[in-house]
Amino acid sequence: MTAGALPAQDAIAHRAIALAAKGLQKSFGSLRVARDIEISLPIGARYALIGPNGAGKTTLINLMTGMLAPDGGQIFLGEQDITRLRPGERVQRGLARTFQINTLFPGLNPLEAVTLAVNERRGISGEFWRNVAVHKESIDEAYDILSKLKLGGDCYRQTRELPYGRQRLLEIALALATKPKVLLLDEPAAGVPQEESGEIFEVVAGLSDDLTLLFIEHDMHVVFRFASHIIVLVGGAVFTAGSPAEISADPRVREVYLGKRKHG
Amino acid sequence: MSDAALTPQGYLQGLSRWRAIEIAFWLATLLPFFLLPDYLSLASQIAITALFALSLDIILGYGGIVSLGHAAFFGIGAYSAAIFSKFVMGEPLIGLVVAAAAAAAAGYATSFITARFRHFTLIMITLGLGLLAQEVANRAHWLTGGSDGFQGIDIWPVAGLFRFDLYGYTAYGYSLIVLFVLFLAARRLVNSPFGLSLRGIRENWVRMPAIGADRRAHIQKAYTIACTIAGIAGALLAQTTQTAALESISFQRSADVLVMLVLGGAGRLYGGLVGAIIFMVARDQFSGIEPQYWYFWIGVLLVMVVMLLPNGVLGGLAKLTARWRKS
Repeated sequence: MTAGALPAQDAIAHRAIALAAKGLQKSFGSLRVARDIEISLPIGARYALIGPNGAGKTTLINLMTGMLAPDGGQIFLGEQDITRLRPGERVQRGLARTFQINTLFPGLNPLEAVTLAVNERRGISGEFWRNVAVHKESIDEAYDILSKLKLGGDCYRQTRELPYGRQRLLEIALALATKPKVLLLDEPAAGVPQEESGEIFEVVAGLSDDLTLLFIEHDMHVVFRFASHIIVLVGGAVFTAGSPAEISADPRVREVYLGKRKHG
Repeated sequence: MSDAALTPQGYLQGLSRWRAIEIAFWLATLLPFFLLPDYLSLASQIAITALFALSLDIILGYGGIVSLGHAAFFGIGAYSAAIFSKFVMGEPLIGLVVAAAAAAAAGYATSFITARFRHFTLIMITLGLGLLAQEVANRAHWLTGGSDGFQGIDIWPVAGLFRFDLYGYTAYGYSLIVLFVLFLAARRLVNSPFGLSLRGIRENWVRMPAIGADRRAHIQKAYTIACTIAGIAGALLAQTTQTAALESISFQRSADVLVMLVLGGAGRLYGGLVGAIIFMVARDQFSGIEPQYWYFWIGVLLVMVVMLLPNGVLGGLAKLTARWRKS
């Protein structure tokens, strides 16, 4: 991988694609939750995925990460077709996600949890004859990730005892430990009071420029502030997509998305 | 604990440091030689049962993978050791290795099924596998002796020196050493990167693939290791008692070992050992008082512990000492 901002900007200019979905289809019985979805994320992009409740945003993340199998269509990570790969294999190739509802290891502390994720990536998680503390590089890397997310001070506390906002950060820390090329964030600040959600998005904004990001978020202020590009999903289909300026000026988006929200 | 200079590595290292209470525990296991020489056979059976419970703790306590047919592998180990001693040679250590290999092979083969399921389905599958093994042993009367028990075991002296005596000195010494060596191995395992991954599976099954983990491979490995240790425990029983019976592969044994682990406290290595001691001593005492109905008291004990101490006796003790330290 190239490091630094310049090559990444070049890549965007050349439209090198980090993650793409082509004609994705998925139905739950008669309910079509993904209709012919076409998206492509250029390397280093910061995309927001928005849409009313039930639009199929989380379903799309589940499809791309392999937690759901599509009925049709293809998913590409870079040049590679990953449609048939298992979730773990996709993670190993650089596609990570976080969860809207905390999906952590309640009985482990953050240091153990992130070390676990680093060990899995480094392929040493099957070692059963040596102490976990032997692998200083794993532990240091885990602690480094936690420190960057301001979790260093909490890293010896059991996850279940951490304040909710810290747990949301740990969600991201676990995903980062897989060294992703593409990171899909499912409402990273879900359930966090508005004044604290900024803190979480500062962390997201501070991630490496090489990293391609797609995040689901309801707060339009946050979306307009942190996204370079917005995809609007309605009824399982891509309704429209464009720059924040284009989306905020689009009367149809107002009608569909903001109008629906009033009722919700 | 409030060490300001504690590095993350030092912290993790510290988690697996030997505690004084552990050393005291293992020293205490030597006491029966001096204080209770009449109970050495019982002590030997406890050590063997403790090893069996330890093997279940690896998958149940650490991996969160339940099994109701674990005696199948104990029994495979017992019969393998018995058959090996009768038809090949009576060397005990080689017998142990043969039994371990047989149990490992059976464990690995069935792990392809067990690693796919969880919860209730897995309970039923392991129960089914256990019953299956029991009936195979029963049916193969020509080889196992079926319900008559296995005849013709002759075990040579351990290391060519220690003959199995009537009092059980050799039996207990031998069982205790094997238990201790395998305990050290299990202790290493639970403090290893693999042990951490197992705890990850227990703590959050869904998250594991999302951090790139191959859940199924981990479970197959843990299951195979647990079955191997169970097989060694079974072999120890066959060798020290010079017999192998259907009881060693029965559903009752699978259920008992689960009870012991719950009594002692799963997921803390010593839980199985303490549970085995409580269970076996209680059985010995209660069956002396009421030979027919001693299970009644085991039932009472189980219900009380589960209600009052959800993490077993050791979990309760850990909570008490934590409270005591705080105040």
